[in-house]
Amino acid sequence: MIKILLFAELAEKAGKGEIEMDANTKTIYEIKNSLLKVYPQLTGLQTAMPAINEEYAEEQDEAKSGDTVAFIPPVSGG
Amino acid sequence: MDVSINKHFLITNEAVDIQEVVDKVSDRNAGAINTFIGTVREMTKGKKTLYLKYDAYIPMAEKKLEQIGDEILKDFPEAKVAITHRIGELAISDIAVVIAVSTPHRNDAFTASRYAIERIKEIVPIWKKEHWDDGEKWMGDQLETKSYPSGKPSEEDLS
Repeated sequence: MIKILLFAELAEKAGKGEIEMDANTKTIYEIKNSLLKVYPQLTGLQTAMPAINEEYAEEQDEAKSGDTVAFIPPVSGG
Repeated sequence: MDVSINKHFLITNEAVDIQEVVDKVSDRNAGAINTFIGTVREMTKGKKTLYLKYDAYIPMAEKKLEQIGDEILKDFPEAKVAITHRIGELAISDIAVVIAVSTPHRNDAFTASRYAIERIKEIVPIWKKEHWDDGEKWMGDQLETKSYPSGKPSEEDLS
């Protein structure tokens, strides 16, 4: 099980901030594509920065069961 | 007891006490403490903000604030850094962020606190939602902040 976190506009569009994905390992790229199949409205995934376990990651990086993957829209703190 | 009081890098739902952040960096060897206070602005390009809402990926945001502190220490090993960012609903003029940096000499404190606020706008997962009388929007690429034409920061931004 991989835990997926969504924030800001992504969470609003999905109607939730947390999704569980039944998988042992998946690349960020694969996770994005699976999410888009279920939530085609999440176009913002393309401009979000992925993170695995609270560290920024790349498309080809793999998440495994137990990991937390977050999709981080462009930030606007400060 | 509130353990947050000792955390140098903090995301909070409460109003930010400036003095509390300053006290965290006070040091006998400091010759300067520089503070940056970010506040909620009413007018942006002629548009009137009613209030703001900030959201954050709290554990990662605190980690990234700490990373900014570590980056400052690389350049200024004697610096002390504390950053508190408020989230939730904020009214006009409320304090959104307080950065305090102490260093032996003033120039380094100015440089480091400037660096910290710019870096917050690049790598810390915090989002601002503007509420106007005719709508609302999660802000992303604001003109005054760095935008990511490729959709994310470059390796350099994140390293």
